[in-house]
Amino acid sequence: MPYQFSFEPIYDNWGILAEGVLTTLGLTLAGGALGLGLGVLGAVVRFRRTPVQYQIVTAYVEMVRNTPFLIQLYFIFFGLPSLGLRLAGWQASILAMALNLGAYSTEIIRAGLESLPRGLFEAAAALSLTPRQTLRLVLLKPALKNVWPSLCSQVIIVMLGSSVCSQLAVVELTSAASLLQARTFRAFELYLFATAVYLLLAVLIRFLLRRVGRRFIARGRP
Amino acid sequence: MTGLGVARPSRPDTSGRGGRRFGTSRFRFLLLAAVLAWSVHLRAGEGALDAIKKAGLLKVAVPQDFPPFGSIGTDLKPIGYDIDTAQLIADSLGVGLELVPVTSTNRVPYLTTGKADLIISSLGKNPDREKVIDFSSAYAPFYSGVFGPVDAVLGAPADLVGKTVAVTRGSVEDLELAKMIPAGVDVRRFEDNSSTISAYLTGQSQFVATGNIVAATINEHDPAKELEPKFMIKDSPCYVGLNKNQPELLAAVNSAIAQAKRDGRLEAIAKKWLRISLPPGL
Repeated sequence: MPYQFSFEPIYDNWGILAEGVLTTLGLTLAGGALGLGLGVLGAVVRFRRTPVQYQIVTAYVEMVRNTPFLIQLYFIFFGLPSLGLRLAGWQASILAMALNLGAYSTEIIRAGLESLPRGLFEAAAALSLTPRQTLRLVLLKPALKNVWPSLCSQVIIVMLGSSVCSQLAVVELTSAASLLQARTFRAFELYLFATAVYLLLAVLIRFLLRRVGRRFIARGRP
Repeated sequence: MTGLGVARPSRPDTSGRGGRRFGTSRFRFLLLAAVLAWSVHLRAGEGALDAIKKAGLLKVAVPQDFPPFGSIGTDLKPIGYDIDTAQLIADSLGVGLELVPVTSTNRVPYLTTGKADLIISSLGKNPDREKVIDFSSAYAPFYSGVFGPVDAVLGAPADLVGKTVAVTRGSVEDLELAKMIPAGVDVRRFEDNSSTISAYLTGQSQFVATGNIVAATINEHDPAKELEPKFMIKDSPCYVGLNKNQPELLAAVNSAIAQAKRDGRLEAIAKKWLRISLPPGL
């Protein structure tokens, strides 16, 4: 039986879908920026092995990397109110995405730092730079440059993972698509559209991140 | 039955006397049909109430898998709203009660084939069912509505503007509520019922749109967070189902329900099983 495609639900409700796309982008931007920041901090702590901080960051990384994202989301949204912290759906989503990306990028960036040649450290010591200066001026850029493609992939994974935030009544792309699906029963068309948009967003974000990398990081020589 | 056999009109008539024979057998057939119809009418008709009273036993089809309307208690006997209502009607008729456990698919056949006198099985009214059976007046509330804390003031959909309400995406409540509310209501749509309920219970939304049975379950588990109905979204109360053409039994059932509504016995049953007062319109 040939399937009759009908894309009217998408034309008729483009406002809701556009809002969904913007929300997905917004979540990714906020979660991505916070997560990468968290990742740099975490990586530095793990790299330097400062006693107590090291244990705390290691516990955080292992906890996040070994539990499902959905459960983390539920914990923040449904669990924390019992402890007196009530976050709106979008706040909980950004927090969960940032924490998730933070843990993964901690390990990715740490790998970048570990991969640097001994000579860099010795050169920095010869210039009598403090450890802080060594990190900031000498090590960070080449470390990031080494792992930038992995970090881009991780950001895209988190962007795609934002579809799970539809569970918290955040109207992002997945949520908008399934809302319209429930009203128009055009599941195939709507999810086809959502798939195409996610693909497009992923390509777009990878392109932008590559530009950012080239502009700010590539000049750091390993 | 031989009369019926002869009456088969498809048989070719070559005898020449066929016209007369055919006429006679048609008359016999009509007579037989009338007698049969009359006897069925007698059995199911005026006799029904008398027959129940004579037997001293009212057979009622009740659910056993649909709490709080009907489920199996710890002593393995059916308990629930429907069972209490059945007892109430049996008491009012002054007869004993026999519970006939049914499922939602076989409850109507149980009635129409005479295995039960009444269906009290959270049965809703719809045109298809009305072709087959009769309905009493409503005895139990069954509705979707917007629920919230006891101290929250909310009388109509328009009052929701600026407030948050949790609902399960794509559910009847979601679709119907969307038609009722003005713009400016913050509707939070969740993927499944339990998330919707959790969102309300953890304070992530101020109100929740759901069914009164779900609300009853929450009130039972967590009396501290009592859900109070604010307004109805869709109402489809439960009725007692009876066989057609039983005016006396119907009248007796209706008067039993009306009496129970007046003297508060039905309200007590609602409070016991649904934890919520009967809605005013029932």
